[in-house]
Amino acid sequence: MADSPDVAKLNWMTTRIDAALGWARKFSIFQYPFVTACCGMEYMATATSHYDMDRFGAGFPRFSPRQADVLFVVGTISHKLAPVLKRVYDQMTEPKWVVAFGVCTCTGGFYDNYATVMGIDTIIPVDVYIPGCPPRPENVLDGLMKLQEKIAQGEKAPAAVLFSARPQEVGLPHRPEAHL
Amino acid sequence: MTLRLTETIQQRFSQQVLLTHHSLGQETVVIDRAGLLLIAEFLRDDPHMRFDFLMDLTAVDYLKFGRTLSSAPTLKTPSPLPYFMKPKPSANPWQRGVSNDEFRFEVVYHFYSSEHNHRLRLKVPLNVADLSLASLTQLWASANWFEREVWDLFGITFNGHPNLRRILMYESFEGHPLRKDYPVRKRQPIIGPLN
Repeated sequence: MADSPDVAKLNWMTTRIDAALGWARKFSIFQYPFVTACCGMEYMATATSHYDMDRFGAGFPRFSPRQADVLFVVGTISHKLAPVLKRVYDQMTEPKWVVAFGVCTCTGGFYDNYATVMGIDTIIPVDVYIPGCPPRPENVLDGLMKLQEKIAQGEKAPAAVLFSARPQEVGLPHRPEAHL
Repeated sequence: MTLRLTETIQQRFSQQVLLTHHSLGQETVVIDRAGLLLIAEFLRDDPHMRFDFLMDLTAVDYLKFGRTLSSAPTLKTPSPLPYFMKPKPSANPWQRGVSNDEFRFEVVYHFYSSEHNHRLRLKVPLNVADLSLASLTQLWASANWFEREVWDLFGITFNGHPNLRRILMYESFEGHPLRKDYPVRKRQPIIGPLN
């Protein structure tokens, strides 16, 4: 072993490319907050300075899905909104992850009616579920750290899109005056 | 002594008013649907009324009113009369000969006058054979979206509405979900499985 260099004295290190990428990615989360309901307040409480999501490298939400890599679905999703959520998910570039924030997104919560999607995993693949109504900020940060572990290990929810067809455009005619 | 709102309306529109009652300062007038526009215009323009604000407009489905779950009716079994229509010994003429199937729906209006600071509730029972009613959009602009909502969720048509389309549910949605005979478990997702 005399011929080999003394690694400890050299100013470099070895790693695997995926490990390095995962390490970098887990501390540079650009989340897209898809906020529809009261959980949004809890998301804001977690994101701002008191709990400070920025400690985990997730301090800079992007409001364009094309610039984001984690989709935070925060709040109840109705059947009417489901095609929008699916489209936002489709617009995000790989690699991408999805966090279901609150019980409504996990399972539909206490809603069991004609209007509500019973869990967003019936529409898009989900990586981390954060239950709670709403979840405590500590709970959210725990979920965020679990997501970081997942990102660092290069794991993803089954990427196979559950529904190969693009969301139907529902045959809705364009009606600019529809609000009148 | 000044008359109550209900008494004033009762005296003026004795033909159209079916029933009035008041409790704890809440005044209610039940009218025939044919007199709706007439009375609404009076409520808005009369100097003693001046109801300039249509606060709320909604509907009630009395299909299962007063029934236990086990005796819940289907569409074919008669539904009970609403509480204010229960036959009395001296029934009003309009109550006689009314079968239980009629007057299943009722449209409810809440008015407020910012000038006189008084409120009024107006109820219009509707016959299931013809679920249509005059639109109040010409008198109060706020009726526009309220009537669309009632049409969307209860399927009650408002004649003369400028744009009577669904407002809450999507256009491909079938049926009217707040009707008591809409199946509780029925789901109509646009995408995704029937969860």
